[in-house]
Amino acid sequence: MIEVSHLSRRFGSFVAVDDLSFTVRPGEVLGFLGPNGAGKSTTMKMIAGFIAPSAGSVRIFGRDVQQQTQDARRLIGYLPEGAPSYEDMRVMEFLRFIGKVRSLRGADLDARLDSVVERMDLGGVLQQRIETLSKGFKRRVGLAQAILHDPQVLILDEPTDGLDPNQKHQVRELIRGLSDEKIVVVSTHILEEVHAVCNRAIIVAHGRVVADGTPAELESRSPTHRAVHLHLAEAYAGAVAAIAALAGVREVRADADGKRLLVLPHPEASPLAALARLVHDRGWVADELHVERGKLDEVFRNITREAA
Amino acid sequence: MSMVSIIARRELGSYFATPLAYVFVLIFLVLGGVFTFYIGGFYERGQADLVPFFSFHPWLYLFLVPAIAMRLWSEERKSGTIELLLTLPLTKMDAVLGKFLAAWLFTGLALALSFPLWITVNVLGSPDNGVILASYLGSWLMAGSFLAIGSCMSALSRNQVIAFITTVVVCFLFTLSGFPLVLDALGGWAPQLLIDAIASMSFLTHFTAISKGVIGLRDVLFFVSLTVVWLAATAVVIELKQAD
Repeated sequence: MIEVSHLSRRFGSFVAVDDLSFTVRPGEVLGFLGPNGAGKSTTMKMIAGFIAPSAGSVRIFGRDVQQQTQDARRLIGYLPEGAPSYEDMRVMEFLRFIGKVRSLRGADLDARLDSVVERMDLGGVLQQRIETLSKGFKRRVGLAQAILHDPQVLILDEPTDGLDPNQKHQVRELIRGLSDEKIVVVSTHILEEVHAVCNRAIIVAHGRVVADGTPAELESRSPTHRAVHLHLAEAYAGAVAAIAALAGVREVRADADGKRLLVLPHPEASPLAALARLVHDRGWVADELHVERGKLDEVFRNITREAA
Repeated sequence: MSMVSIIARRELGSYFATPLAYVFVLIFLVLGGVFTFYIGGFYERGQADLVPFFSFHPWLYLFLVPAIAMRLWSEERKSGTIELLLTLPLTKMDAVLGKFLAAWLFTGLALALSFPLWITVNVLGSPDNGVILASYLGSWLMAGSFLAIGSCMSALSRNQVIAFITTVVVCFLFTLSGFPLVLDALGGWAPQLLIDAIASMSFLTHFTAISKGVIGLRDVLFFVSLTVVWLAATAVVIELKQAD
């Protein structure tokens, strides 16, 4: 369990993290979201024990990161932003070094090394210098060092930043493949990532938590949540008025040629069935009819803007 | 295996992973030879000792040691690996000592590779090998103090060039602190106690004392305690600058 309580960090007069409190339980994959400069990285660094908080505390399974530093660190695997590693080392040499610092020895160390090498698919590059690797491979080396000691808590600071779509997909698969028993905190500003890997999301802005819930809960806060997209083959007369008259419809937005309609529902209402019946009864030809889940980035923009 | 030795091994490995180690050793030996034979007049003196070799060491170290030391922490900070290193389950002192030890062992290796000079002087005459051994030891201790200063300066900046220059300046002041250049600047306004204290900090004075063959506790203690103080300062600087 990670308990972050009343965590603050000031840099001079600038408040990067402002009285932040939240708890993460085993099995949770927490997406830590926020615009650049919202205090994501600073928070991650404080959880990992790299920088000290100005006030407040972080406990990892009851161990205070500032007081019982070494005990807490043993439980954490950390991938700093940009996945830094000793670039003049060879992959195997680097992972072995990390393993030794993590107090892994002999057969244990070998077994763990085999396991992460297989998992991160590093078998082909073990004897290459890290500086010669592609960005995707470097990221995998960074992930490999973070999970080498099979930690209870995994802190990943922007693990997919700067990767191409295939590499992003790979990294997400890796995160998803981690055990259900673990705690994973992933910071990101890429919202699709939250859908892909997280079962909980926290949005921070100006160093404060502005939203906390499952990705679906956050989506339901979107104005277009459960809105229906309707694309008609032609602009039928009276269509907009007829749809607007349906129960549960709050507003109908049509584009200039009158073929594309966006039907916004009242809260908690779901106008899809009534709309489908209407289209059928009137004999309209619809090219497209689908329900919006709500756009996470809309929620994100609204929430983080409100906070500003 | 303690954390310090794990760190030191990794560091030493990285010296040899790049041409750095070979270039350094080569230049150290070539310059050492130049000083000994051309400037020190090794043959012309007609004496079987290594004084011409050792007496130039403070000057040799003045710019060679900062070149080793500048990367100790600046590089970690610049590449971001400091964040990786200092979130591993080890203390700051483990990291500071491990890095220092690697650099110190490395300068020790460079120093040891000057052994052909020692063989030469033994072939040509019968030198006092005790004095030579004391000189080697003193030289290595002095290199340690230079390195500890460099370690601290390197922790202060992510820019290696700045780390190099500040290290050279501080080391230069320490080397000459017993000499008029430094003392005259203080004369007239600083209290005598301070002037005496600064005068007693001179690397040259202490090194010369050891290289005469007298391994005085005072001189050894001087270099050891100076090293310890600068390493402790390194840990403090890292702690303070961590957030940057």
